[in-house]
Amino acid sequence: MTATSVRVPLSAERRAAKPRAWGAILPTVILVIGAIYCLIPVIWVFIASTKSRGELFTTFSFAPGTGLFSNLADLFSYGGGQFGMWAANSVLYAGVGGVISTLVSAAAGYALAKFDFRGRDLIFYSILAGVLIPGITLAVPQYLLLSQFGLAGGPLSVLLPSIISPFGIYLSRVFAASAIPQEILEAGRIDGASEWRIFRLIVLPIMLPGMVTVFLLQFVGIWNNFLLPFVMLSNQGDYPLTVGLYTLLAKGSGAPALYSLAIIGAAVSIIPLICLVLFLQRFWRLDLISGGLKG
Amino acid sequence: MRLAPYLFAGPAVVLYVVFMLIPVLYAIWLSLRAYRLQAGGTFGRRVEVFVGLENYIGVLSDPELLASFGRLAIYGLIAVPLTLGLALLFALLLDVPAVRAKRFSRTAIFIPYAVPGVVAALMWGFMYLPSTSPFSYLTEQAGWGPIPFLTGSGLFGSLANIAIWGGVGFNMIIIYTSLRGIPDELYEAARLDGANELQIALRVKVPLVGPAILLTTVFALIGTLQLYGEPMTLKPMTNDISQTWAPLMTIYRDAFLTDNLPAAAASSTILALGTVALSLLILGIVNRKRFGARS
Repeated sequence: MTATSVRVPLSAERRAAKPRAWGAILPTVILVIGAIYCLIPVIWVFIASTKSRGELFTTFSFAPGTGLFSNLADLFSYGGGQFGMWAANSVLYAGVGGVISTLVSAAAGYALAKFDFRGRDLIFYSILAGVLIPGITLAVPQYLLLSQFGLAGGPLSVLLPSIISPFGIYLSRVFAASAIPQEILEAGRIDGASEWRIFRLIVLPIMLPGMVTVFLLQFVGIWNNFLLPFVMLSNQGDYPLTVGLYTLLAKGSGAPALYSLAIIGAAVSIIPLICLVLFLQRFWRLDLISGGLKG
Repeated sequence: MRLAPYLFAGPAVVLYVVFMLIPVLYAIWLSLRAYRLQAGGTFGRRVEVFVGLENYIGVLSDPELLASFGRLAIYGLIAVPLTLGLALLFALLLDVPAVRAKRFSRTAIFIPYAVPGVVAALMWGFMYLPSTSPFSYLTEQAGWGPIPFLTGSGLFGSLANIAIWGGVGFNMIIIYTSLRGIPDELYEAARLDGANELQIALRVKVPLVGPAILLTTVFALIGTLQLYGEPMTLKPMTNDISQTWAPLMTIYRDAFLTDNLPAAAASSTILALGTVALSLLILGIVNRKRFGARS
C-alpha cells in the first residue's frame, strides 16, 4: 500500500516534469508576447493622455507627460460638455438597445426551440440567413426608409435597428433547446399556468445565463458600432462616443490641438467597457457560440 | 397555447421584417431604378424610371469601385488568415497544461474586444503617425527614418494590423472554449499511441474544434467586407486614403455626398450578395467534407 501510494505520484510527477521543462517555456513566451502586443496601444493611449499638447509631438511616446488634468478638463469642457453627452448616449444606445434586444431574442429563441407551429422553419431559416447579411450594408436603405417616416436623424433611428439581432435569436434558440426541459413546461401547463406566466416565471430564469451572453454581445456590438449612428444621426448632441471621437479627429487634421483631446477621449472612453468586459467575463457562456454550430 | 409561439416570436419577426427584410428589398428595388431628366419646363424634370440592370453594369464597370474591392481583397488576405491563425495558435497554447501566466495572457489578449474599431484605429493611427509614433521614433534614432505606416502599400499592413489586434482575442476565446469541451480521454488515447503534444494539437485538437474555426472564419469574412470605420478614422492622418478607399466608403459617398442612391443601392446589393455567397461557399465546402468523412 505504501509502495504504490508513493510510487504513483512520483512517476506521474516525472512524466509531467519533462514536458514542463521543454513544452511550457516556448508557449508561455509566445502567449506573453501576444499579451504585450494587445496591451501596447492601450498603455500608449494612457501615457499619451498625460501629455500636454507640446509634449505630445516632442517627447518620446512612452514617456509620461504633465498635462493629464488639464487634458481632462479640456475634454469635459469641450463644446459645452459634449464628451459627457456622447458617453451618456453610448450607454443609452448600448444599454437600452441591449436589454430590449436580449428580451426579444430570448422570447423568439424560446418559441423557435420549444413550440411546434406553422411557419416555424420559415421564420428560423429567414432569421438564420439574416446572420450572413452584413448589418452595415443595411444602414443606407434603413436610413432612407426611416427618413420617410421622419424618424431618421434622432436617437430612435439608432436604437430601433439595433434591437434586431439574428445571431442573438439563433443563440437563444440553441440555449433554450438544450437548457429547458419539456417536462417543466408541461407541468406548468397542467397546473393551469398561462403561457406568459410560464415564460416569465420558469423560462426566463432558466435562460438567464444564455441571456447574459446575448446581452454582452449586443451591448459591445452596439457600443462599438460606428456606421449606423454615423449615417443616421444629424445632431452632434445625439452622437455616441465612436462618432464623437471620430469628429474630433477629423477636425483635428485642421487643428492639431484637437489631437490631444481625441487621445484623452479615447483613453477615458475605453475604461468603462474594459472594466465591464473583464468583470462579466466569467458569466459568459461562449461555449454557446462554439457549440452552437454542432446543434 | 396555439397563439403563444406567435406572440413570443412576434416582436422579433416584426423587427426583422421592418429593419432587415424591407430594407434589403428596398435596396434591390432602388438598384433597378435611376433618375432621368425629362424634357419639359425650362430645365427639365428629374424623374425616377425603371432601368433594369443598368446600375449594376455601371457600378461593375466603375474603376474606382473595382479598385476598392481589390484593396479590400488585399486587406482581407492579410487580416483574415493572420487573425484566425493567431487566434488558433493562442487557443492551442492556452490549452497546454504547463503554461504559466495563463490568466494574464488570456485576459490581455481579450481586452481589445472591448475597444471599438474606431477607437482602435485612432490609437494605432497615432502610433503610426511619424510625429507621435514610438516605432518611428526608434527607427529615426537609428538613422533609418520613419516607418511608412500610412503611405503606399504600408497602409494594407497597418489597417490589417488594427483588425488583427481587435479580432484575435474574441476568436481565441471561442476556439479555446471549444477546446475545453473535448474530453481528456481522447488525449490519453493519443498519448498511449505515442503521439507527442504537437501531434495531439494538430491531429486531434484542430479537427475537433473545426466547427468553431469555421464559425470564426465566417464572422471574420463578414467583418472584413464591412471595413469602414478604420480607414475613415485614419483618413485625416494621411493623403493615401481616398474617399473611395473601401467599398463601403464608395457606397457612403454615392448615397450621401453625390446623391446617387441607385448606384449606392446596387453596390450595397453586390456587397451583400458577395458576403452571403462567400459564407455559403465556406459552409458548403466544410459540410461536404464532414459529410464525406461520415459516410
